[in-house]
Amino acid sequence: MSGNPTTLSAVSKTFRSAGRKITALDSIDLTLQPGRVTGLIGPDGAGKTTLMRLVAGLLLPDKGAIQVLGIDALTRPLEVQSSIGYMPQRFGLYEDLSVQENLELYADLQGVPVAQRATRFQELMQMTGLSPFTQRLAGQLSGGMKQKLGLACTLVRSPRLLLLDEPTVGVDPLSRRELWQIVYHQVQEVGMSVLLSTAYLDEAERCDEVILMHQGKLLGQGTPAEFSRPVSGRIFQASAAGCSHRRLQEQLSRAPGVLDALIEGEAVRLVMESPSKPEPEALLPEQQNLQLTAVEPRFEDAFIARLKRRRDLGGMALSLQKKVTANTDDEVIRVHKLQRRFGDFIAVNNISFSVRRGEIFGLLGANGAGKSTTFRMLCGLLPASSGELAVAGHDLRQAAASARGRIGYMAQKFSLYTSLSVIQNLRFFSGVYGLRGKQQKARLEWALTTFELEPFRDANAGDLPLGYKQRLSFAAALMHEPEILFLDEPTSGVDPLARREFWARTNALAEAGVTVLVTTHFMEEANYCDRLVIMAEGEVLTEGTPLAMKTSARTPENPDPTMEDAFIQLIEQRQAQQATA
Amino acid sequence: MRRSSRMRLLGMIRKESLQILRDPSSISIAFVLPVVLLFLFGYGVSLDAKLIPVGIVIEQPDSATQSLAGAFERSEFFRPYHFDSIQSAQQMLNERRIDGILWMRSNFSSNLLAGQEAPIGVIINGVDSNQANITQGYIQGTWLAWLSRYAESRGHSLPVPVSLEQRVWFNAALSSRLFLVPGLIAIIMTMIGSLLTALVVAREWERGTMEALMVTPLRIGELLAGKLIPYFALGMAGMLFSVALAVWQFDVPLRGSLWLLMASSALFMLVALAIGMLISIVSKNQFVAGQLAIIVTFLPAFILSGFLFDINSMPEWVQLITHLVPARYFVAILQTLFLAGDVWPVVLSNMGALLLMLLFFFTLVWRKSHKHLE
Amino acid sequence: MTCFRYILALAIKEFLALLRDKRSRMVIIGPPIAQLLIFGFAATYDLNNVPVAIFDEDRGVAARELVSRIDGSPNFQVITTISHDSEVAPLIDNKEVLLVLHIGQNFSADLMQGRTAPLQAILDGRNSNTAMIAMNYLRTILLDYNLSWLESQGRSGPLVSLQTRAWYNENLQSRWFIIPGIVGLLTLVVTLLVTALSVAREREAGTFDQLLVTPLRPTEILIGKAIPGIVIGLLQATLIIVLMVLFFEIPLRGSVGALYLGIVLFLLSAVGIGLMISAIAATQQQAVLGAFLFLVPSVILSGFSTPIANMPQLVQWLTYLNPLRYFLVVVRGVTLEGDSYALLLNQYWPMAIIGVASLAFAGWLFRNRMY
Repeated sequence: MSGNPTTLSAVSKTFRSAGRKITALDSIDLTLQPGRVTGLIGPDGAGKTTLMRLVAGLLLPDKGAIQVLGIDALTRPLEVQSSIGYMPQRFGLYEDLSVQENLELYADLQGVPVAQRATRFQELMQMTGLSPFTQRLAGQLSGGMKQKLGLACTLVRSPRLLLLDEPTVGVDPLSRRELWQIVYHQVQEVGMSVLLSTAYLDEAERCDEVILMHQGKLLGQGTPAEFSRPVSGRIFQASAAGCSHRRLQEQLSRAPGVLDALIEGEAVRLVMESPSKPEPEALLPEQQNLQLTAVEPRFEDAFIARLKRRRDLGGMALSLQKKVTANTDDEVIRVHKLQRRFGDFIAVNNISFSVRRGEIFGLLGANGAGKSTTFRMLCGLLPASSGELAVAGHDLRQAAASARGRIGYMAQKFSLYTSLSVIQNLRFFSGVYGLRGKQQKARLEWALTTFELEPFRDANAGDLPLGYKQRLSFAAALMHEPEILFLDEPTSGVDPLARREFWARTNALAEAGVTVLVTTHFMEEANYCDRLVIMAEGEVLTEGTPLAMKTSARTPENPDPTMEDAFIQLIEQRQAQQATA
Repeated sequence: MRRSSRMRLLGMIRKESLQILRDPSSISIAFVLPVVLLFLFGYGVSLDAKLIPVGIVIEQPDSATQSLAGAFERSEFFRPYHFDSIQSAQQMLNERRIDGILWMRSNFSSNLLAGQEAPIGVIINGVDSNQANITQGYIQGTWLAWLSRYAESRGHSLPVPVSLEQRVWFNAALSSRLFLVPGLIAIIMTMIGSLLTALVVAREWERGTMEALMVTPLRIGELLAGKLIPYFALGMAGMLFSVALAVWQFDVPLRGSLWLLMASSALFMLVALAIGMLISIVSKNQFVAGQLAIIVTFLPAFILSGFLFDINSMPEWVQLITHLVPARYFVAILQTLFLAGDVWPVVLSNMGALLLMLLFFFTLVWRKSHKHLE
Repeated sequence: MTCFRYILALAIKEFLALLRDKRSRMVIIGPPIAQLLIFGFAATYDLNNVPVAIFDEDRGVAARELVSRIDGSPNFQVITTISHDSEVAPLIDNKEVLLVLHIGQNFSADLMQGRTAPLQAILDGRNSNTAMIAMNYLRTILLDYNLSWLESQGRSGPLVSLQTRAWYNENLQSRWFIIPGIVGLLTLVVTLLVTALSVAREREAGTFDQLLVTPLRPTEILIGKAIPGIVIGLLQATLIIVLMVLFFEIPLRGSVGALYLGIVLFLLSAVGIGLMISAIAATQQQAVLGAFLFLVPSVILSGFSTPIANMPQLVQWLTYLNPLRYFLVVVRGVTLEGDSYALLLNQYWPMAIIGVASLAFAGWLFRNRMY
């Protein structure tokens, strides 16, 4: 029974939805290597989850054959299921059972002998760092801990093939790092084969092998290095003294020959259309100090080069009719000694910060750090236990309804009406913000064109692909041209292409004078912020510009730390302090 | 293989039981709802009229009208109001303050003494026809009793060619509580078996736990049994609890044997569970599952089971529909076992029907459930 | 004016959300009509074709005459005759007959000699209500039989007779009582489900937060959410009333305006209670259970099928909180009794109070239960 853990030959799968036929997988051929971590990479709707479910024997293909560990997955799904481990995207933890009880259940279901359990559980709990919480109900764990518990449940009976469907979505960097350590441990110590799907491109580099999918088709299979080879020589880092990296990125993305421009640290990373080194003058004639350095390609560059369609970014930038022209030193949001308690639990503990007009201000932190609670208090959704807060001079909880008309809010979860069509959602939100007649019509047109939602005009919002849902939420929050924008985890679970678009739009808004308050757990996105605070366990650890934070994290071993390094360093310092205290 | 199968099954059962214990809504459906329903029906609902407000119109008072009015005043069924004109009594009837009127015209006594016919006018508010029928019956009874006493007081007897001797078996006092309370047990078990189970399985689909279960070596039979057994136990506990309340709190006699009651309840419980499973498999979300469960199981159990309304009196096509309502068979068994005793033909034929339904629904559940996500 | 526009935008959204979803559309339209038809026919206390067994030991002409009267009544149907005492118990036990009539050996002889002849009726009392109604039917037949027997013998009956008339429901049809009640019942069920789920569903989907950060005031949200419930309830009630009048031929004797005033006030209170449940519930499951826990007692304690006057005093006080109690009086009053506004005044104001109080409480909950 040795050989390849999984072979798919000419596998196709279609679904019917609302009378339309959707091809999820289009004659896929692939073979997994044993004892390796294989990454399944692709944007939303590429067919990653369908492929995982087919391998797990949960779906039957329309055509083709699937062999899993030498077993035919079509005819003997039960046998497949007794030898693999599968962690679905939304792992089925029973939130009303404790950690221990969840483990027991999966041990029973996987037939782990009772005698072996104590040691196995201990091992898993140690590995996942959940040992202190075995009696806690799963529903009361943080997002990262839930994912780790899900993985532990999948691993109760060490499977020969492990399938992980987007295991790191919505998980903070620290937990993500730990999840990867567990996966590596399984591969190295136990010789397990792992198939893992992800939307995080930096994770592709951690895989031994990568399978790239797009719209149900297999685009390629190989090591991450093999993927980046074709773009070598096309990647450059650009910087210009005296020009903000945000403006530079915006200019460069429209420069000739540039396929992609991405803010990276204090510089801008460029992917060129051809491998010859461009002349700085040719790129940006009006920019004097432009410096270009060639850098090593990464998987993400290759991914973008293959999937990004070049488009006129001029149309994508937001044309706001209303320019907010006011003193940029205005304090638009002020938070002073803000506290929120839930019973004994202090979710937000004496935090203070202030945001100036036209700034992009970030709230960074792991899940459960208190970002969302702070956000909800600022938006008036939750009363503060103590402290002061003011948004445009008001506490939105007490303020007149009209004060709320000046803010836009985009919730963490997609929260528009799923059974209403795109245009009905937009019409509703513009209506409750008091738009009507010609003005409303103009804004609806604007939203449909700017966010390229025209083709989906009459589709139900719930049926949109994730990236388009996010666009729609963003559009709905902008219908009334708010002065202040609250964005709660706007890019969570969104693929890299959609994230780029999102930040391009947000940048344009900030340039137009809109104040943006954003939470994120993508550390590299912190670079888009003018200033930010890092939160942990309800407290502000540090406040400042991204550059200042990275500078302070500089060490001899790591002279050029990333935002993620800075974050992890801060968390570790805090944990060390707590340990000594 | 056999040992691992038992381990999986026990694991599922343990999980379901823990969830039941931790979810207040399961416990409240199984134990609080029965109490609420039993008390509402046991104490709140009664078809037995008492102290019916009637207006007595006497246009010309004298000894004859007095003695007739006295008969109504002494009756435990009436609360009489006196009027001297029909108009004011009709006004009261219009305002719904009295349910009926007895009208003795001014010539009542004189006609009676002259040996002429002296009819009493009776007007009844017929809106609630059932209540009106009962009122009419009581009025008739009181009138007949007065007739014979009046005849006796005048030295001759009332000619009654045929007299009715009624013997009501099983419920001599005709107390409606004795038939409502056993029937309620069928309603309560329908709630636990179908509504609760449908919601709980639909919740697994909604929360994504079903996918995680499906990819384990768990077999479909183990999955179904793991769900059925805890809810079966919960339903039977709810049933025993209701029986105890019925017997000790509401003084309903249990004339049949307890084991037969248990056996038929177990059979009905399985049917209800199978329907609950089927609903959740079809709907896969709690909103629709809840709606379906109420419309398909709860309301028919209430109206089409013979619990409140007599099936024989329904139109033919509705009677045909009632054969599809499992509660119909169980209500018949319950009323028989509680009030009549172990009447084998009734119990066996209805249990047979339940068994057929069980086979039918289980086959459907079995064929509809497979370890695929589509 | 602007406030009105906001509410309109919200109400349109609520309608779209309800009607675009195929499943919720089904819940609103299909089941209520099916229920009206099935329950309209099924829910009756009138008995037809009650199965009867005759145990005739006399076999005289007088006995046969009595039996044929019973068999000729639409309420009874003689399905068997027996000749031995021991056959009685199995017939009743097995529910083959509801009633056994035992005519004794001396029945005809007693009658001829002017003595009172006993007629024994053995009834299955398992359903006491059915037994009691059957008994009443039998008594009425017997009363007639006695009178005509006396007449045929040239003797007169008692001088004092009862001349009974029933008002409003002249033939005492159970359907006339139950079906107007179903108008109230179904309207309540649909309105309650539509409103009870409206906030809970939005809370689960996260859209409620989105709504709360807009300039909408809680009062406006409340009104916007109440309008669809009231409009759908009105349409539903109208449809059922039309069916009731045209299909079931129930008279509509009173003022239609008085009926609609009652419907609007009733819907106001139902919507208020629905929104209150919705504002309290954190999840849809809780909202469904909450609606259910309100519905069952409110139907039982409304006078829908059993009279409130028969309930214990304590329970009767409880029914004053139940809007359905008042509405049933209104709908039956208008259809059968031909009432107009003045006679129903005492039903209107309690519904108005319940409606305003529950809406106010729901609005308060919106503001204070935002997390």
